[in-house]
Formats: sequence, C-alpha cells, structure tokens
Amino acid sequence: MEAEKSLSEINERIRDGSVRVVTAEEMPSIVEELGPGGAVREVDVVTTGTFGAMCSSGVFLNLGHSDPPIKISRAWLNRVEAYGGVAAVDLFLGATQPSEDKGIEYGGAHVIEDLVSGRAVDVMGEGVGTDCYPRLEIETTLHLEDLNQALMVNPRNAYQRYNAATNSSDRTLHTYMGTLLPRFGNVHYSGAGVLNPISNDPGFEYIGTGVRIFLGGAQGYIVGPGTQHSPESGFATLMVAGDLKRMSSEFLRAATFTRYGPTLYVGVGVPIPILNERLALSTAVRDRDITVPIVDYGVQRRDRPVLRSVSYAELRSGFVEINGKEVPTASLSSFHMARRVAGTLKEWIERGEFLLTEQAEPLPRSGVSRPMKQTKELPYVGDVMNRDVVTVGENISVPEAARVIVGSRFDHLPVVSDEGKLMGIITTWDISKAVANGNISRVSEIMTRRVYSATPDEPIELAARTMDIHSISALPVVDKDNRVIGMITSNDLSRLFAGRRPR
Amino acid sequence: MKLMLRVAPGIVRKPLIASVILETGALINIERASIDAVSGEIVLDVSDDKCRQVKDAFERRGVDVVLLEIPVMRNDEECVHCGACIAICPTGTFRFDNWKVVTDPGKCIQCGACVTACPHRALQLVLR
Ligand code: SF4
Ligand code: SF4
Repeated sequence: MEAEKSLSEINERIRDGSVRVVTAEEMPSIVEELGPGGAVREVDVVTTGTFGAMCSSGVFLNLGHSDPPIKISRAWLNRVEAYGGVAAVDLFLGATQPSEDKGIEYGGAHVIEDLVSGRAVDVMGEGVGTDCYPRLEIETTLHLEDLNQALMVNPRNAYQRYNAATNSSDRTLHTYMGTLLPRFGNVHYSGAGVLNPISNDPGFEYIGTGVRIFLGGAQGYIVGPGTQHSPESGFATLMVAGDLKRMSSEFLRAATFTRYGPTLYVGVGVPIPILNERLALSTAVRDRDITVPIVDYGVQRRDRPVLRSVSYAELRSGFVEINGKEVPTASLSSFHMARRVAGTLKEWIERGEFLLTEQAEPLPRSGVSRPMKQTKELPYVGDVMNRDVVTVGENISVPEAARVIVGSRFDHLPVVSDEGKLMGIITTWDISKAVANGNISRVSEIMTRRVYSATPDEPIELAARTMDIHSISALPVVDKDNRVIGMITSNDLSRLFAGRRPR
Repeated sequence: MKLMLRVAPGIVRKPLIASVILETGALINIERASIDAVSGEIVLDVSDDKCRQVKDAFERRGVDVVLLEIPVMRNDEECVHCGACIAICPTGTFRFDNWKVVTDPGKCIQCGACVTACPHRALQLVLR
C-alpha cells in the first residue's frame, strides 16, 4: 500500500514540535536510501528556495490622504516613477523602473530596498484637480512605517528553470543575463537547480493558489500562476504576494545589470509537504535531472538559437563544452542565498512559526507562453536596402577607388574578394586621408577590415542598432556566403522612421 | 607580487622595463599596459624575492610604483555570492568555495571587468 499522510497531521506535528523537515538538497539521498515509502514516513516537509534577479516584481503602496486631498496621476519615489493610475493614493512601483536623475544605477528595486531598510524616501506627486481631490501637487518624505500598506505583488517570480546564456557574436553583450563575453567567452545561468521550488513539484501536486511561502524574509502567499507561466515547456512561474513591512533587506536586494537596468533579487521558498510517494519522488530531483537550453544571445531575436541542452549539474561544475571548447560558467542567482532561504524556512517550521496551508487550486498544468501577435510589422533589411551597390576588389589602387566612390551614390565602398565576399570597407574619409598623406597604394592597405554588416532577413531595427552602437552610417548587406548584395544607410532608416515614433 | 607603475610623460618612450630587467635579472611578466603618447599605466608580476629590487630600480628611473596588495576590494555587505564575477575575470581571481564566492586578490591585474559585471556593485578597484 502506498505510504500517505495528511496535511493536518503534518501541521499537528509542526505545532507539537515533532515535525521532521529537510531541505530539498538533502532529500535525494534520503529517498535513495529509504525509498519513496520510507521517505514519506521519515520526512514531513521539504523546504525549497531560490534567490535571484526577479525583474517582474513590485509593490503597491498606499500613501494615505493628504489635506487638501489629491488624486495622484503621476508620482515619483526618490525620482523613480511609480504608476499612479490606481485610485487616488495607491501607487505601484515596479522593480525595473530607472530613476530620472541617477539612471539605471538606481531604480524601483533600490527604492524597495531603501524602504525595507528603514530609510526615508522622498515622494513627489502630481494631481489632476477635481472637486473631491482639489490638490495639484504633493511633496513629502516617508518611511515604510508611514505607509498604510506596502504590499509586494510580484507578477512573475521563481521560474521553474531558466535558459543559460552565451554569446557567439564578436562583441561583449550587456544583458539581463549579465556580461556575456564575445565568441562564447562564458556561459551564465540562473536558478537554484535542486533547490528550485517548482522543480521539486512540477506536477503542482501541492504548489497552487493560496499556498503559504517564504517571500523576501517573511511569510507570503502564492497568488496563482505567474505571467508567462509555461508549464508544458517546463517554464512554470509563480505570482506571489506578501507584506513588505515584514520583509528583510537580507532577502530583497536591489541590483543593476550594466547597460540593462535595475532589478530586484528576491528570496522565494516554498515548503512541500511529503504527503505521498509522488511528492517524495518529485522532491528527490537532483541538479543532473534538470536541464536547460544554452541560448545564444548573440542573435538579437526572440527565437534565439539553442546551442545544446545542459543540466544544472554541468552548469554548476564551472565549465561546459560548446563546440568542443571548455567554456567557464557562472551564475547570476545565488545558491548560497537559496540555501539561506530553504534553511530559514526549515527553521520557521521546526520552531512552529510556520504552518502549511492547503492549496485552493493547483497551478494550471497545461499551456505555453505565446509570442506577441504583431499586427504592424517593421520591414526587413531586404525590403529597404539599395541593391545597386558598387563594390571594388582588394587589389585596385586608392585613386581608382576614389573614382568609383565619386561616381557612386554612397560614401562607403565595400571591398570584396575575387568571389565577391566582403573583406573590408573604405569611406570617402579613408580615401581623402590616404591621398592627403600621399598614400596611394592599394585599397587593401587602407580599408577597415573589421566591418559590420547586415543580412536581408534581419528586421531594420537591428541594423539601426548596429549602426548606432558602432557610430557608423552605412552597412553592407550580405547573403549567407558573405557576398555583398546591397547597402543600407542611416538616411534610408531615418526616412523610414520619420514620423513613426514619438521622440 | 604585483606592481603598478605610473609612467610620467617624458620617460614613457624610454626602454624602462628592458633596462630594469637587465639590471635586476628579475623575470618580469607584463599583465596589463595602457600607454599612450603622454603617460602610461603598467601592471607587472614579479617574484616576491625580487620585488623590492625591481621597485627600487623603477623608482630610480622616476617611475611611480605601487604594490598591489588588494587591488580589488569587495564590500561584503553588498555581495550576495551570486558568482557573476567569476567567469568574467580573465585571471581567475574569484571562485566558489561551498557556494560562497572567495577571492584570491594576488591574481588581479585591475582590468576592471568585474566592477561593471557585479550586479550588486560590490566590487571596487582600490587605486582608481
Ligand atoms: S558578482 Fe558581486 S555580488 Fe556576485 S559574487 Fe561577485 S562580488 Fe558578490
Ligand atoms: S579587475 Fe576584476 S576582472 Fe579584472 S583581473 Fe581584477 S578581479 Fe579579475
């Protein structure tokens, strides 16, 4: 007969102090040793934990009413804008919102950390002015204790697992997955693997709406599935809520990813009662059982290429192999802090301070997160490029190149090999400089060899960004064999974008 | 032991390192150098026993020399032991020890890569 017990039995043991709690890191060897039935008899609760960057986080703040009263339409906390479109004095402050004076080095996450740490926050608000709320402006300084409510409501936390990231391109990328070095210089990953809450109950046998959890150092609750909840693809998420006033700055830490923006590191832990053998088995999951794709962030599209699949055990070994090369790995989330979350939750339960709640409803077990439906597509490079591009061979002389460029519509001249492959680029400026210096040898000696290009199937937004990052005004367009088939210039793009976007 | 040299305008074009090597016989490894027409900053690695001799030799040539004992400093209040600094460091200054990040400052060449890579802004170069 299958070993089973009820949640109320477990809560009884929590009350009388006889409960047996282990962390999800300890569970695999217990199940291996005692079998699932033995583990059900031996263990009552398994605690999980994760601590990492959770961008989709924020707080609802109720400021109380001023005199005369104001209906706030726009508001700033330490110069970070909060959403004011909720009634009169309720604000929602999102973690990733950058500040207006310090940019991304200080943002919503930092305001949240300041509040939790007991520091004063300057509030500025603009009102609409109505007969019931006549005031137009407000300025005050508040501490966390001055707010009526400060409720953390995080729409998407505690991903079941997360894609690992690397970069095939030849420039360093700054992303929400940290600094990705060029040419597969590193692999970054996130998530606590063996300790990850959802990985320990992927069938939502216990995890569901109404479950009491550890959130930011206090008790919180699972509200329901998180946004982009994608259980069928193994990327389930949680929406969670809790009282910021009870949380601690040890488990809520503001951060900034360089050239990406602010984010909040949040500690989330879910207790999993070992009610039956299925839960004993699912909490016996190990790092080697949880795999994620290594995704190439060098390709700046939604559907980025996957290089291979890798387990958390490999990721955490410090190296993974990509194309026969050992690439160092590092994490962005903190396993040390994930252990602190699972360990703290374990202590609370052992001390009788934390009782487990029944789920009101399991999380949805089906569904995937769909891409955006785009009704207004931007054109592709191939649609707008100039096809009548003139190129020159590497061996022609500078004066010859000068004659070609004078007769061409562009002030950039791609230099190609005998097979038509892009080898370099010269500009009117390069030619003038060469002539002025009396250097009238071959173009191959004066051309820029590190040449950026675009492909015809690339959305023009990406070509525009390439030009922007490298401060250049034209890009040769190449086919799959690196042969020049066109040219796109910043003038083409400004004509296209003219009037399309408010700036 | 690592030494950081600040080379003033005027002497930047002299064969400083070569002449110090000839004088001291020390094996000198150049770990980082940023030199332009007016001045330069060079980080050298020298064995501990020759360190003093090399430092004196450079100083006699008018070079400002600083011993890099703790070139990168971590604010332990801010560090959450994520590990975002580990793979980014070209010299392996950081590593996990039981999932806490420990540093081996002797390896640091002050390239600065970890400073911007740390999401918690816990790292700082001492001499900048
Ligand atoms: S990246 Fe920063 S916070 Fe993370 S381990 Fe390194 S020093 Fe600590
Ligand atoms: S500055 Fe940072 S990244 Fe560079 S060598 Fe020193 S520790 Fe490593």
